[in-house]
Amino acid sequence: MNFKTFFAFVAPSVFMMILFIALPLVSVFIQSFQITQPVMQQVEVETCTPGFVTQTCVTEQKTVPVIGDDGKIQTTTEWVGLRSYRSVLQMDKVWEAVSSGRLRDILQIDFWKALRFTLMFTLITLPLVIGVGLLIALTVNNASRRVRGPIIFVSLLPFIITPVIGSLSIYWLFVGDGILTAMMERWSGTNISMFAQAWTIELLMYFYRVWHVAPFAFVIFYAGLQTVNMDTLESAVIDGANRWERLRHVIIPHLMPLIVFIALIHLMDCYRVFDEIIGFRSQAHVISLQWLTVDFLTPDDAGNRAIARASASAMLTMIGIVLLLILPLRRTWRDHKGSAH
Amino acid sequence: MSETSKAMRQSLGLRLSSSAFLVFWCVIAAFPILWIAVMSVKSPVDAFADSPWAVIFGPNTLARGDGLSVLDIVLGLVVLYVAIRWMFTRLPALVAQYSPAGLVVLGWLVGAAVYAILFMVVFFGLLPLILSPLNAVLGPLGEPVLGLTTQHYIAVWGENEFYRNFMNSMLVTAGVVTISLTVGTLAGYGLARSGSDLAFWLLILALIFRALPHSVLVAGYLPWFINSAEILRPIFGELSPTLYGQPWAVIAVLVSINQPFTIWMLRSFFQNIPAELDEAARVDGCSHFQAFRRVIMPVMWPGVITTGLFSFLLGYNDFLVTSLLLDAQNQTMVPAIAGYFNRETTTTDQVEAVAAAVSITAPLFLLVMVFQRQIVSGLTAGAVKG
Repeated sequence: MNFKTFFAFVAPSVFMMILFIALPLVSVFIQSFQITQPVMQQVEVETCTPGFVTQTCVTEQKTVPVIGDDGKIQTTTEWVGLRSYRSVLQMDKVWEAVSSGRLRDILQIDFWKALRFTLMFTLITLPLVIGVGLLIALTVNNASRRVRGPIIFVSLLPFIITPVIGSLSIYWLFVGDGILTAMMERWSGTNISMFAQAWTIELLMYFYRVWHVAPFAFVIFYAGLQTVNMDTLESAVIDGANRWERLRHVIIPHLMPLIVFIALIHLMDCYRVFDEIIGFRSQAHVISLQWLTVDFLTPDDAGNRAIARASASAMLTMIGIVLLLILPLRRTWRDHKGSAH
Repeated sequence: MSETSKAMRQSLGLRLSSSAFLVFWCVIAAFPILWIAVMSVKSPVDAFADSPWAVIFGPNTLARGDGLSVLDIVLGLVVLYVAIRWMFTRLPALVAQYSPAGLVVLGWLVGAAVYAILFMVVFFGLLPLILSPLNAVLGPLGEPVLGLTTQHYIAVWGENEFYRNFMNSMLVTAGVVTISLTVGTLAGYGLARSGSDLAFWLLILALIFRALPHSVLVAGYLPWFINSAEILRPIFGELSPTLYGQPWAVIAVLVSINQPFTIWMLRSFFQNIPAELDEAARVDGCSHFQAFRRVIMPVMWPGVITTGLFSFLLGYNDFLVTSLLLDAQNQTMVPAIAGYFNRETTTTDQVEAVAAAVSITAPLFLLVMVFQRQIVSGLTAGAVKG
């Protein structure tokens, strides 16, 4: 296939990706150094209240937005350098916390709080998803052929469900005196509220994410298990390897590419954790990086969107995902180089 | 491996614990979803009761006169079973018989819609009509035993006009699926058949794009979309639209966000089709595009359907993009449910939110039932290459 045909085939897709992914990235980058505000002006306003004999009049200076000829509030855009980044990162507070030795104070700042949760969420769920997925795949592979279809059907449900709805369905089991909270209260004899403190919410979020993604890992591992070389397994048996050693030295090395694949996808998806925050309504306790950006983008009570700060936090989020993915991507590049020779 | 050699046979303990774990997993996987389905048909007092039995049997719902008798349950289950059986046996036969050649997909869409309407009429219209006199005649068998009410569904779909959100969701997902498949198959084919370095770099770039959090992109769109009428005025004059709040703008955004994933998946499906096939077509005098359309596409349907399913899921499940780029008038279903949070003051509101959540999940449930094999093959397609 020559270049011209290749280009004709990929052009629509590349065009859309440039228009809606690459250009917005450039735009976000520029916006993060700019700030757009309504033009304000000082006007003298005289307010009079009726009084006895004469009116009491007060003259005061007020700041009001300038209304343009078209009836809209005029805005200016100015370059502010790193100011938006500073207001997101709040480094002065961070240094203050470091110098006074109260490192916990850093986690009071929204950005650092979000970063802490996002990273912990990604790194804790990763091994759990791979472990649970592998366990389900091994046990299904062990089960009789007749029950496999229904089990796969049931397993796909948590994977396919809308993330917001999935986290809501777990939220409703625990909220207030939901049946599972009531059950735990009956067992422990204490009053439990799962949504009053951060760590219980976080636990539920980890649970939700593993519940949601483990089926994906399971299906892939299950497909991988079908291609395990039976001869190798049998010779391992003859060599006296027990079940655990066979798993460790034959099956897992065979599944290794799949584990890498799942880890890569999981890193990408987990890093943008967002739907759980909505579903569990945890804004007050637990927030994620993506939620922070969305929060800046949502109009506040006055109807203003903090585009500049949103852009700054978006850029910082992006730097994080690039750092996370650099290692796996370098590996892919090396593999490509290797296969080309 | 039905014939396992003696050395590979497992001890009883291992087999028992393995099946126990499977049962445990299945319960965990299905329980939250089934439970919200049960909650949605109970009165608020029952739905948020402490005891699980109260939620299942719904004494309070029953006391208010909404309930099912043994006869209702038995007949309802029979109708449901027959309906599901027919969905997998009669329906495909009928569709194959009546749909015009070459328009099988259209035939399926019409067939599924007609079937759904027919089922609704029989199950919710005809069945209660027949059952109410029967219940009155039968005495003890006709006494209601299980509390069940559809009031929350009626409230959600009727008073709260959830069908509007449903139509918006359908519009957005239909647009996302068709456009991303059209654009994606072309690109996927091109990438699969070109071994150049450019193709590799494009794929890596797509992989990086796939990793981007969606909020980063939305932060890029928002200022442009809100002010698009003024920005586009020099080009389109007075006709220039405000992109904010337009479903088709959201469709374009979701298609682009989904492109990286789509082209990766379609590429791996195209790679499974032997290149000899298009070479043969080329020898017979087809251009590249003709070979693609007449020879490759007819054997590509499984891959296209699978990728379409995942595009559907992306459009249907999306919360972030649709909630930020659409306004209240044309909100889709998933962000609309967030509207319930703000109103959720009484327990009735809460159960209505549960009913809305179940309404959103039901189509997905059907989807897994019909397309289980395609979903599994889609999940593994990208991974098998590693």
